[in-house]
Amino acid sequence: MKRIIPMWIAIIGGFAMMLSSFVPLAESAGEVFADIFNVVAAIAFVLGAGSLAKQHLEKLSRREAGWGYSVVTLGSFIVTLFIGMFKIGVHPNPNFPQAAYSGSNDAEGSAWSWIYEYMLTPLTSTMFALLAFFVASAAFRAFRAKNTEAILLLVTAFIMLLGRTFAGVVLTGWFPEWASGLRLENFSIYIMQVFNTAGNRAIMIGIALGVAATGLRILFGIDRSWLGGGEA
Amino acid sequence: MRITHMIPRWIATSPSCKLVAIFVLMFACCTNVLAVETNKGVIEASAQDIAAQNTIAHPHVATENIFTKDVLAHNEPAQDTTASLIEPVNAVAGASPAVANATPTTTPVRPWFNSKKTALFLWIVFIGAAVTVSVWLAHSGRPIRIRRIAALEAVDNAVGRATEMGRSILFVPGIQDMDNIQTVAGLTMLGRVAKTAAEYDATIEVPTCRSLVMEAARDTVRASYLSVGRADGFSIDRITYITDDQFGYVAHVVGSMVREKPATCFYMGYFAAESLIFSETGNAIGAIQIAGTAESSQLPFFVAACDYTLIGEEFFAASAYLSGEPAQLGTLRGQDIGKFAVGVFITLGALAATILVIAPNAPIISALLGGLQKVLGG
Repeated sequence: MKRIIPMWIAIIGGFAMMLSSFVPLAESAGEVFADIFNVVAAIAFVLGAGSLAKQHLEKLSRREAGWGYSVVTLGSFIVTLFIGMFKIGVHPNPNFPQAAYSGSNDAEGSAWSWIYEYMLTPLTSTMFALLAFFVASAAFRAFRAKNTEAILLLVTAFIMLLGRTFAGVVLTGWFPEWASGLRLENFSIYIMQVFNTAGNRAIMIGIALGVAATGLRILFGIDRSWLGGGEA
Repeated sequence: MRITHMIPRWIATSPSCKLVAIFVLMFACCTNVLAVETNKGVIEASAQDIAAQNTIAHPHVATENIFTKDVLAHNEPAQDTTASLIEPVNAVAGASPAVANATPTTTPVRPWFNSKKTALFLWIVFIGAAVTVSVWLAHSGRPIRIRRIAALEAVDNAVGRATEMGRSILFVPGIQDMDNIQTVAGLTMLGRVAKTAAEYDATIEVPTCRSLVMEAARDTVRASYLSVGRADGFSIDRITYITDDQFGYVAHVVGSMVREKPATCFYMGYFAAESLIFSETGNAIGAIQIAGTAESSQLPFFVAACDYTLIGEEFFAASAYLSGEPAQLGTLRGQDIGKFAVGVFITLGALAATILVIAPNAPIISALLGGLQKVLGG
């Protein structure tokens, strides 16, 4: 029964979503299922928060390695929850000045907004900035000319790097008009428009067919591995 | 309960049922298209009558445009022209009183099929039929040869390596929710990996970015452990929710990778900028890494940094490939038939377009190109 019900939900929901795409009268059915999904996701969020708290409280009580991180996580979680729920520092909405809680957490000057602006955003930016170093190290490994494919990749990468900067214009800008297609800035555009687009479209067509086949496998109940596999 | 138990099994195992379902769908599609065309004809006929009267008051109102939203916008600028699905039966509403009096009705009619998506619908029916026939052939005992996918052949070895090293396996199911097909495909893969991990008695850790994915992953892994009789080896605490925030999640996973040094890392699902952060960290700790995604912008990063990468359609084929079941392998054959058909149409289209450049006045080629554009939904 624990597999039958989810499978039927997937089958009915999947067909309803498919129908809503082609039958304008059934558009609302698709919206209903999207709403149901949002409600279920919101309920699951409570489970997620519970799991997070449990995980870190256990770590804390056992004094496992790195328990200090758990203190920071739980402390941040509780403080942000408290500030968000009680709207600390939020000014009342000008339309309802008498109601202290009528303002929005997003409004400028609120404690929640301050946390978002001055704590979360810099932290996420820091993580994102790591990408620059990772790109460099990945490129260093990928561009080693160890075989024919790697050499092709290396040459293409150099054309693209030079063609997208002023260096390309400086190096090949003197090419005569009849050979303008070989100028690095033009050649890099050609690579992007022809080779890259062709390869990308081939992958996209494969993905689209893969999505369709996966959808059919799940809708017909042929693939039940997302339910743990086996017979229903 | 018995009926609800039997029907899905029948649908899942009986190829004839699926064939019937597909043909019913095809029949519905054909009648649908016919109905739309008939409806269009009736409306066009009445539109001609209206336009005949319009020629007196508004000669510029063209008959052939009456089926489109453009006429509505032309006669009534304030009308919402984005409401393309509401067909304007009274296309001249808002015109002069003389025209308005000649109009038979003012109620907008909503068609029951979006005729703009007919080509897409027919493609889905075609691929569905190809998949069904392939499944039926596979059930009838015809052998299906699938090309070797190195990344999937490496799954058992990767799990075995983690077992031998006494370290854990990390499985990252992407950063999207269950409404994303890539997450679903990632969880189907998780089911297979967890089954192998349960057989080998390896530890699998699944940090998730969405609560619903955590719940689904727990059910999937639990069922995998149960299916190999290792229910005692399953621990719910190894499948955890971290945060919805993209880089908060990345910080946790990367930190955990550096501290616990998993021997094998799987990245299966939707990924954005974090793809390279995960895979480079995994590379730095010496883990064997297998990735799979349908995000074409992230594929180069995975290819550069991981040992094996499932590119696009391979990712969606993974579950069927690993199962080895004829029914599932049949769906891959159906997928290939669809790919072949698309390839044929693209080749024909490219040839036709090239010939038209050389000989612009070739009516047959021009008609062929127009037909191909319609078939491909262009």
